[in-house]
Formats: sequence, C-alpha cells, structure tokens
Amino acid sequence: MALVLNEEQNMLRDAAKDFCSKNVAITELRKLRDNKDETGFDREIWKQMVELGWSGITIPEEYGGLGFGYTGLGVVMEECGRTLAASPLMSTAVLGSSCVLLAGTDAQKSELLPKIAAGELIMALALEESPHHAPHRINTSAAKSGDGYVLNGSKKFVLDGHVADKLVVVARTAGKEEDREGISLFLVDSGADGLDITRTIMADSRNAANLELVNVAGTLMGEAGQSADLLDRVLDIGRIAISAEMLGGTQEAFERTIEYLKTREQFGVAIGSFQALKHRAADMFCEIELSKSVVLGALSALDEDSEDIAKLASLAKSRLTDTYNLVSSEAIQMHGGIGMTDEHEIGFFIKRARLCEHTLGNAAYHRNRYGELEGY
Amino acid sequence: MTDLESFRAEVRGWLEENCPASMRTPVPEDEIIGGGSKQVYENPEAKIWLDRMAEKGWTAPTWPTEYGGGGLSRDEFLVLQDEMARISARAPIQGMGFSMIGPTLLDYGTEAQKREHLPRIVSGEIRWCQGYSEPGAGSDLASLQTRAEDRGDHFIVNGQKVWTSGANSADWMFTLVRTEPQAPKHEGISFVLIDMDQPGITVKPIQLISGSSPFCETFLDNAIAKKENLVGKLNHGWTVGKRLLQHERSAISGLTTGGRSGRFDHTRSLPEVAKEYIGMQGCKLADAILRDEIVKNRMNSAAYNLTQRRAMAENESGGTPGFVTSVFKYYGGELGKDRMEIQLKIMGTQSLGWEGNMFTEEEKLATRSWLRSKASSIAGGTSEVQLNIISKRVLGLPD
Ligand SMILES: Cc1cc2nc3c(=O)[nH]c(=O)nc-3n(C[C@H](O)[C@H](O)[C@H](O)COP(=O)(O)OP(=O)(O)OC[C@H]3O[C@@H](n4cnc5c(N)ncnc54)[C@H](O)[C@@H]3O)c2cc1C
Repeated sequence: MALVLNEEQNMLRDAAKDFCSKNVAITELRKLRDNKDETGFDREIWKQMVELGWSGITIPEEYGGLGFGYTGLGVVMEECGRTLAASPLMSTAVLGSSCVLLAGTDAQKSELLPKIAAGELIMALALEESPHHAPHRINTSAAKSGDGYVLNGSKKFVLDGHVADKLVVVARTAGKEEDREGISLFLVDSGADGLDITRTIMADSRNAANLELVNVAGTLMGEAGQSADLLDRVLDIGRIAISAEMLGGTQEAFERTIEYLKTREQFGVAIGSFQALKHRAADMFCEIELSKSVVLGALSALDEDSEDIAKLASLAKSRLTDTYNLVSSEAIQMHGGIGMTDEHEIGFFIKRARLCEHTLGNAAYHRNRYGELEGY
Repeated sequence: MTDLESFRAEVRGWLEENCPASMRTPVPEDEIIGGGSKQVYENPEAKIWLDRMAEKGWTAPTWPTEYGGGGLSRDEFLVLQDEMARISARAPIQGMGFSMIGPTLLDYGTEAQKREHLPRIVSGEIRWCQGYSEPGAGSDLASLQTRAEDRGDHFIVNGQKVWTSGANSADWMFTLVRTEPQAPKHEGISFVLIDMDQPGITVKPIQLISGSSPFCETFLDNAIAKKENLVGKLNHGWTVGKRLLQHERSAISGLTTGGRSGRFDHTRSLPEVAKEYIGMQGCKLADAILRDEIVKNRMNSAAYNLTQRRAMAENESGGTPGFVTSVFKYYGGELGKDRMEIQLKIMGTQSLGWEGNMFTEEEKLATRSWLRSKASSIAGGTSEVQLNIISKRVLGLPD
C-alpha cells in the first residue's frame, strides 16, 4: 500500500493547489450563492478543469481519459475541498464515470466516457429516496416495456441533478425494499418525458435535486436485478473521493483556525497561549494526521484493486465525517463572534462538512457497515 | 531476484534453521527476555535464540556492524520483521537498551562510548533502566534535583529517582543529573551513565495498582559515575535527554517497526471476546451500543496503524522522527486505555476478578491489564504533556 505520494502525484497536487487558490477561492462560491446562480457552478471554470484533465482523471486513456488513477483523483479532490470549489467533479468524474466504467456496455463506454473526459457531458447519480443514506432501500421501480424499461418513483439529494445531461437512476426490477437482488442501474436522459427535476438549494450553496419519475424511459446498464455489487463499488469510490475532499476542507479550516489563535489577542496575549484551546488544537491535529492516512490508504486500495476497498471506504468516510465535523465546529468556537458572521469565510466549512456528512453515508452508517464487513 | 528478495530468502532460510520451536509461540508476559546479569533463562531455548540472533547482530538489526548491530537498511529490517512474524518468532530480547539508550548513544555518544556500551546491549549482557523522574520532577522533568559533583575523573551523585522501571533487574542506568545548580533549570543538567552495581545505589520496588512491581525507587547516596560516561557536553544533558524521550515515544508507539509488533501475545481481539461474552443476534453482536463502541475502537486502531505505516514510509532514513512522536504517544496511549475499558464492559464482572479459580487466566489478565493500561497515558510523558509538545513544537502556538 502506497502511503506517500509519488513525484507525478505531487506535481498534480501542486498544480491543483495553484489552480484552486487562483481560480476557485471561497469568494467564487460566495458569488454563486449571492447571485443565485442557476447552474450552481461556473461553467468557464469547469472548462478549465476539463482542460487540466480532471474530468477524465480516472478514465482509461483508451476512452480519452488521463488514466491517472484514484490517488490522482484524491489529490485533486483534496485541493478542491480546501477552497470549497463547486464543480461537477463528484457527480460526473467520480460517480457518473464510475457507473459507466463498471456497469456500462462496451457501446455505452465508447459513447459516454470520451464525452465525460472532454467535458461535454454532465452526469448525476440518482440514488437516495429518503433523507438518510440507504443504498439498497430502493422503491423506484423499473418495468420492462418493449426494448427498454419504464421507471416510476422519486429520488432525493441527486448531486448536480438539475444540470446533468444524463442520469444514472437506481431502480428495482425485482424484490422487496431492502433486497440486494433486484437492484438495477438505468441510464436516463435528463429531458426524458415524465421526468420532473427540481433543484434543491442546500446550506453549502452547492447543487442537489429531487426527481419525480412517472413512466420515464430508461436504458438498462449491466445485468437486470444484479447491480447491487456494482453499485456498492461505485459508492465506495464516491465515499473515498468525498473523503479526500473532506480532508482538504478539514485541513484548511484547521490551518485558518491555528492562524487565528496566533493573531487574536485577549487578556493581553494571543488566545493560542491558553491551554484549554491548545490541547483541543493538538487533539485535532492528531485526528487530522490519522485522517490523512486513511484517505491515502483508501485511495491506494482503489488503485491496487485491493480486497479491502469496502472496509477502507467505510473507515475513511466515517473518520473524515467525524473529523471534519469536529474541526469545522471548533473552528467557529475558536473564532468567537466573528466565526458566526456570514462575512467571515470560516462558516462556509461547517456547512460543507454537514452536507458531506450526509453524502453517501454518515459516520454511524459506516461504523455499522465496518462491523458487518468484519463479521460481527 | 532483487537484492531485497535474495535477502528475504536468506533470512527465511536462516530463521527456519535457527529459531527454536518453543520460540515460535506467543510470549507470556513473564517470559519476555530483557537480558542482563540478573536474567534467568527458565527456558534454555530462549538463551540459544538470543545468542544466535545476537551473533548476527539481529537483536539490534539497524545498528552499525562495528558496534555489534546487524547493519541492515530500513527495508532489510522490515523484511526481517516480516519473516519473523511469518513464523511467529518471539523478539529474542527487548528493553531500554535497544529502544532508548542505544539509539541515543548512536546520536550523541563518543566513539569510545559506542564501542563500550552498544555491543553489550546487542549481546544481552547488560540491561538498562531509566533514571529520569524524581519525587519532585515528573512532567516538569527539568526541575530535577539529583546532584552530581565534579571530582576530577568522576562525579559523586546524590539524590533520589522514582518510578524507575526495571531498576531491580538492571545493570546500568542512564540518568539526568544537575551539574550546575546556579544555571537556569534546563542549562545545568547533564546526562550520565551509572553502573548500578555499587554500594551507593539502593533500589526499592513499588507496587502498582495492578498488583505487579515493575518499577522502583532508586536512591543515590554518594554513587560514582565515571567522567567517561558523561554523554554529550557537561550541562548540555537536556538536549540529549529530550532526544532519548523521542526514541522512547517512538518505540512505545511502534514507530521504529512501522506498526509491526515484535510480540505475539495471547490477547484476543475485542470482537472475538465479545462473540463469547455477549453473543450474536443474527450476524451482529447482540448488544448494539457496545458493538458501536467496539467498532469505533477497531476503526481508530486501523487508522492509527495506517498512520504508523505512513510515518514509516515518509521517513525513509528509518531513524526516529522528531516531535510527531508525541502524536503517536498521545493517541496510542489513549487508544490502548479505551480498548481495555471496552474489554471490561464486554466481560462484565468476569473481568474484575482479582484471584482464585472462579476466573479464567484470560479474565484475570484482563483485570490486571486494564489497571496497567492506565499508565499508557502517564509513563513516557503524560498525554497532557504530549499535547503541550504538539501545540508548541508542531503547531507553533505561543507559550
Ligand atoms: C508504569 C510507569 C513506568 C514508569 N517508568 C519510568 C522510568 O522507567 N523512568 C522514569 O524516569 N520515569 C518513569 N515513569 C515516570 C513517568 O515518566 C512520570 O510518571 C510522568 O512523566 C508524570 O510525572 P508525575 O508522575 O510526576 O506526574 P505529574 O507531573 O505530577 O502530573 C500530574 C498530572 O498533572 C498533569 N500536568 C503536569 N504538568 C502539566 C502541564 N504543564 N500542563 C497540563 N497538565 C500537566 C499531568 O499530565 C498529570 O495528569 C513511569 C511511570 C509509570 C506510570
């Protein structure tokens, strides 16, 4: 397991850091929010990210991608997490492209992957049906109709759902609510008849959408009823990628807070000289060090296609959820009143942290899963 | 075959041939070998195993060969560790000679000191103890009062040390003493090595809450330390002493071995114990709340272990890292305590038996280990002191 970055990955990180700090600082997110931007991200910036190769970072070269691997994806996600950069990376380059890569037919791969890599296609994964992550609790139904299928049901919290060109919809072709058997993936055009998409405006100023599907035409990906394993793998990739993003946000919020502890004075001294704050800061530092290791471990497990991917994905998502929550909350506390103001950027991190928490399973979900994977 | 692969083949062959059968079993606490003149080898194979490993220098695999060490590179060392783990070979010997004073002499010792002391650690001839803490100097170690007076070719040492682990079985003690009482407290300290076998030294064992007596009070009454055993410059002992603490924390935290433990003990994992004492309901442990505590501890341990491996990978030279050792000392200590608390909850009153045959050996060990585990956030510098070090040295927060 590679727990240190190689030279190429380090160069990619430097480039990503440079790009994000110059082009997608938090001021950009604030602008999108204040302008009530329809898209929810800047298409011009996305184009530049595409030019850097980020949209196809894990897509094999034969499909027009960079084939740079998951650790490469991770360093980009981490840097985007630092500046809270809004983009369709997660929805398209992580979830969408993984669905196509793992479940798509050869024809679907040849058609869609090059478009994703070229930034011509935005995708979204329509999974959740309740306010809690429950990937196998699927009620949306898919019934055979002629050559294809018709889908009925509703979906929540679909990242970038309202701007996606194509959606991957998780639906049931057989079985009862929690059954793994019967879970299938469908490709659906965003303009399809019977599909109603409503953007939801979330606290972190990023995109999600609710979907209503009434007799919507869908194209099957993978084998009917047999996609639970594939879906789990896609979700694990997503969990690991978002953990990398969370690691970036955590570190940034922490570093800003340490800086504040050194500069803000009360009682005639820097507040960072108070042991009550020092020990909490040092404790957070330790949690962050452990977080770095689990993210790197999980990314490298993906690159090595190791047997531990599921466990490491749950380890990373659970730990990063706890750490990002802790650090983003403490960040506000240690900033005092100014931390509560919208004008100060530190408050952006706590919002993003909680949205990340509920993306693809919170800490408790992943602890439960980890226990199951360990056999108790 | 790469060099490393052929080294692995060589190690594997040698271990097959030379590791006695009884040394390929988990080692109970009371059979851990610490060496020294007072060591009794109940099992003669333990001595054979020690001698064979020492002959190769593999009791101190990465130390230079000129001082009796194995001269292995970091990667070769890991291969040796892996191969020993493969056959569950016991560590032939362990102790403060290897984890603390040896590495410190390599950093700060003179050529003569290295030649004098290191080979006798490697061979297991000499066992060391640490005379740092005093009744009035614990976390505030630099306020120590044990006095060493210059008498030409030697020092006369007077004072008292306390919590000296293994002082009753050690041959030598490395210690911090005050050589310049007028100087500011960090600047009047020297680091000296003292032969324990002399009339000026008396040790008295102290009993722990767990019932065992692994540590002692050490009284120095006109004890003699030869000048040639001053490590580092006179009055510059604090620098040497602090470096030793980093080696200590690194060893406690399994950093030198990248999380590989040289010990293969009897303790079962928390889930294994829980399956027996709590039972399963379907495919989950029957107590949902306890299960969550167990999973949390397991996940934190997994993250900790990955961090040990990352630290190892980042530190290519294979030496002891600096201030980050405090991260491991702090987190590892707390994690270990947490694990024992959970074990108690799992076993219930069966884990609180003290003696007698109403409890299994494992249960009695749980009681004692739980109590003993409380030291993991005290010995080697308390958790609070580690947090102080991290906030000051790593985060740069002001005093
Ligand atoms: C099992 C065991 C083995 C040991 N072996 C050895 C050995 O071989 N050789 C040796 O020299 N020593 C040894 N020690 C001693 C150990 O290093 C000390 O106990 C330790 O450094 C704490 O010192 P103290 O006991 O005087 O506690 P104190 O320093 O009095 O601490 C009491 C409490 O106050 C807190 N505290 C103190 N200062 C601060 C501060 N600045 N900020 C915040 N909190 C603070 C501490 O964290 C602790 O909670 C051993 C201890 C144990 C338990």
